[in-house]
Amino acid sequence: MGRTFAEKIFDKRSGGKVASGDVVEAAVDYVMVNDVTGPPAFEAFEMLGAEPLRNKIILIPDHYVPNKDVASAIQAKRMRDFAMKWKIKNYFEIGEGGVCHQLMMELGYVAPGRLIVGADSHTCTYGALGAFSTGIGSTEAATVFARGKLWFRVPKTDEFIFTGRLKKNVFGKDLILRIIGDIGVDGALYKSMEVKGSTISNLELSDRMTIANMAIEAGAKNLFIAPDKKTDSYLKGIVKGKYRAILPDENAQYDRRYEYDAANIPPLVAAPYLPSNVKPASEIDVKIDQAYLGSCTNGRVEDLRAAARIMKGRRVANGVRMIVVPASKKIFEQAMKEGLLKIFMDADAYVSGPTCGACLGGYMGVLAPGEVAVSSTNRNFVGRMGHKESKVYLANPAVVAASAVKGRIVDPSEVVK
Amino acid sequence: MKMIIEGIAWKFGDNIDTDQIIPAEYLVTPDPEELARHAFEKIRPEFSKSVKSGDILVAGTNFGCGSSREHAPRALMGAGISCVIARSYARIFFRNSINIGLPLVEADIDADENDAIKVDFENGLVTNLSKNKNWRFPPYNEFLQKLIDNGGLIPYAKERLSAERRG
Repeated sequence: MGRTFAEKIFDKRSGGKVASGDVVEAAVDYVMVNDVTGPPAFEAFEMLGAEPLRNKIILIPDHYVPNKDVASAIQAKRMRDFAMKWKIKNYFEIGEGGVCHQLMMELGYVAPGRLIVGADSHTCTYGALGAFSTGIGSTEAATVFARGKLWFRVPKTDEFIFTGRLKKNVFGKDLILRIIGDIGVDGALYKSMEVKGSTISNLELSDRMTIANMAIEAGAKNLFIAPDKKTDSYLKGIVKGKYRAILPDENAQYDRRYEYDAANIPPLVAAPYLPSNVKPASEIDVKIDQAYLGSCTNGRVEDLRAAARIMKGRRVANGVRMIVVPASKKIFEQAMKEGLLKIFMDADAYVSGPTCGACLGGYMGVLAPGEVAVSSTNRNFVGRMGHKESKVYLANPAVVAASAVKGRIVDPSEVVK
Repeated sequence: MKMIIEGIAWKFGDNIDTDQIIPAEYLVTPDPEELARHAFEKIRPEFSKSVKSGDILVAGTNFGCGSSREHAPRALMGAGISCVIARSYARIFFRNSINIGLPLVEADIDADENDAIKVDFENGLVTNLSKNKNWRFPPYNEFLQKLIDNGGLIPYAKERLSAERRG
């Protein structure tokens, strides 16, 4: 009987033949923590009385850096101190870094066939490059610092097949919102998702990253997209070490199979208060106060290009503010080189350096009572970006840009053809 | 872990996410008691003032969905919550709770706010004492039970590390 990607990687990493539901200990390639999840992990690690496996540990401050207040400054300092104390070289200060998941991929820690854990729920993003990656907690991250392995329950797998050409202004964001809208926020609970088909093969890596990023919003453990030539060319010159892809068998046994014609999917929006509350952008027509473009979901240069194409020669509507946050230094530089930042600034959008900041209602764009945001981020829970009576609509970068120009949520075709 | 827990129910619905349990703006400390002061602040502002040590949360499906923040079970433990009973859990919340010693029961029970609830882990039985009704729940698998018996992931990892050192 054929085996899924999840079964094959856990076979390999646990040294046996696994079945879904088994609990196994598996060897991990890298473990990442950020400035919020790091401090509890450091506390737990010190209780273990062990030496850290230095080369496996990646420390990336991104949630509340530059420090938003004294308490967050203390947290960020704890991370810096931990890196110094234990001589961990994979620590990335602001100015060289950015949003943790983007950095993990740009710096070549992620590669096909690797098993990576991170104390951040959007660690599932790396499945876009053919890795098995999943979010974990701080205490378990600490045990990986010391042991290089962790317990996993081998998941069942659902497959999602997309065929057909994407419509104009439709992106990876819309495909993953379509899935979450259909199966719900616990539709893939504890499961592995494999997303495939000709539409996916034709997608660029940035769109695949957006898809994998939001697997957690369906409750999934991970999401896998088969690596191909595009993956290899993305990794060329950046990947650390060698890698070998693991692919599911053609006759693998899936728990459920979903099929989509991508040509029928319009630009979508997830309305408050769940990412599964999905409707076509053209049906929303809600007035906005803020448009946010950034995050590990949609803060890449391709996302900035899609938005800039719409913003060029236009202005952010009166009464609306737009915030643009490239997800890493590299993206910021590329956007500068291509003149994208100039387009945003000419449109009177606010451009900042990389941070998670407003995506989780931390700072740098928090919403007041009653305010409404359209956002390229990943969650629209109650109070996610600020006051409990504020609202977040999730959308792709083109919808965010077009809505910023119009002052209400629109399908980008209202602004550009 | 205590084999029998009794407490008063706080009732919650489906898809209670970690931003509701502990809003992100308070993730500037890992201290359970400090976090507890803001638990459920946006959806149940009275919670942190009225919760009593030993109280039990009763919820629907997908409890703890969203972020990986261990601050969520820490905030509940800091508030004195003795146990959560839900129809299902988001996976990272489930792992975090087991790893740090917050007991979770997966069961679909009928309870109202302030009902008295008893959980018998040895026999896999939840009782709503106010309604005089029982529900069975499955035991943890062998590995999780070993983790729990060890007192959580840190004591377990310590034991494994010393066993591995002995070779």
